[in-house]
Amino acid sequence: MNSKGISKEHMEYLKKVRMRKTLILVLRLFLLVAVFALWELLARLKLIDPFITSQPSRIAETIARLYREGKLFYHTGITCLETVIGFMLGTTAGTLIAVILWWSELLSKVLEPYLVVLNSLPKIALGPIFIVWIGAGPASIIAIALTISLIVTILEVLNGFVSVDGDKIKLVRTFGANRLQVLTKVVLPSSYPVIINALKVNVGLSWVGVIVGEFLVSKAGLGYLIVYGGQVFQLDLVMTSVLILLIAAALMYQGVVYIEKILVKSGKHSAH
Amino acid sequence: MGAIVEVHNLGMKYHSLNGEITALRDINLEVEEGEFVCIVGPSGCGKSTLLSIIAGLLKPTEGSVFIGGRPVTGPGNQVGYMLQKDYLFEWRTIYENVILGLEITRTLNSHTKEYVLKLLETYGLSEFRDKYPNQLSGGMRQRAALIRTLAVNPQILLLDEAFSALDYQTRLAVEEDIHSIIKQENKTAIMVTHDISESISMADRVVVLTKRPGTIKKIYSIRLTCDRKTPMSCREAPEFRHYFNNIWKDLDIHV
Repeated sequence: MNSKGISKEHMEYLKKVRMRKTLILVLRLFLLVAVFALWELLARLKLIDPFITSQPSRIAETIARLYREGKLFYHTGITCLETVIGFMLGTTAGTLIAVILWWSELLSKVLEPYLVVLNSLPKIALGPIFIVWIGAGPASIIAIALTISLIVTILEVLNGFVSVDGDKIKLVRTFGANRLQVLTKVVLPSSYPVIINALKVNVGLSWVGVIVGEFLVSKAGLGYLIVYGGQVFQLDLVMTSVLILLIAAALMYQGVVYIEKILVKSGKHSAH
Repeated sequence: MGAIVEVHNLGMKYHSLNGEITALRDINLEVEEGEFVCIVGPSGCGKSTLLSIIAGLLKPTEGSVFIGGRPVTGPGNQVGYMLQKDYLFEWRTIYENVILGLEITRTLNSHTKEYVLKLLETYGLSEFRDKYPNQLSGGMRQRAALIRTLAVNPQILLLDEAFSALDYQTRLAVEEDIHSIIKQENKTAIMVTHDISESISMADRVVVLTKRPGTIKKIYSIRLTCDRKTPMSCREAPEFRHYFNNIWKDLDIHV
């Protein structure tokens, strides 16, 4: 609507909506600040033991120390990289396998019970096997992250493929489309939202995989810092790592949401 | 002008674990070039199956179909098919939607592009060519779907209850619209419908099928006294009721 020609009532209404938005934002920020302030205050007043709970000022010190020692970006970078590679591989491989299973109904029927069983297996249990097979390093950690998202991606995307409206497929078949054309012209573009959704879920799953992997491998990364800090009773280090992890995970999720927006814009996908 | 579509002794059986269903039996039909034929029948009589067989999407168990003298072996661009909904792809613009058939048949070239643009121009969709389907009205979407079908320049058009998803008012307008475009482009059309009025008002001939297994019960040549031969004015013709009552009796519908 134009800036002109707005009635007074509508202006009131818009103002109210804006006010409400501001209020929510302010309250959110307040909550964040309040939690940290309370935490700091309780620690200073010796009402809680900072040796066990740590405290914001100590966390800030730890971050500064890690930065000085050049460890901050090293460990954070390794963890982020492993996660990105893990969920990209998981999503890509999962989608590719879903395409193969869509292509061959026989194969999909044969593998169905195995996929269901594998889906219910906690993939983390495979961690030690990967470490023995691939070695205690980033490759094993990525493998754990990948397996965590792989099976669920296959099942989700395949489910998206088979639920594509049969009449849309009939339409392209009337033009004489072969199976590859059915896939590229109808099935894949229709399943775009499903694939993006899988990507979103896989980000979260990959974090789990990477952190557990780093617990097991214990060489580098935020997961390593957490497990190391826990063992030597340095709760400052543990809390700091968890906080960095929190920020990194939030940023990465926002990144995926941003990518989704770009894709939606270029592909003009309305929810359906 | 000879028959462009010939259906000989066609029979179709479906198999399922519950047994065998005969959907169609002994169908013989010839459609002249430029003719508009409607197929009506009670639900489940195999109307749509018949259309799918003519389109080459299904293989009949018996008999054969010839289009332009050649047997139908599979789907190809001699036949254009319109479904119940427009099924425009929401991730493609109107232009990208109407060239879908050309992309699939790999016949997209400057010549066919020009033809598509001319169709869009003629039927008032030029200014919407870069819009997305959800920005168009139901009637315009159906028109875009027809242009998508016409783009591959099919010899015959098959309409499978093509208007049944529209609300009544839109439907009357779209029937009028599509009918005039088909006549203007001088296409042969076979339409399946369960709407008796629709069939009488649009068709040159109405084929009535029996209940399953579907066989041809009667074929009516529709001759209506109306000035302009448009579906809307046809509904006003005095003979309309007469045809309606006869077809209604043929269908023998009991609730």
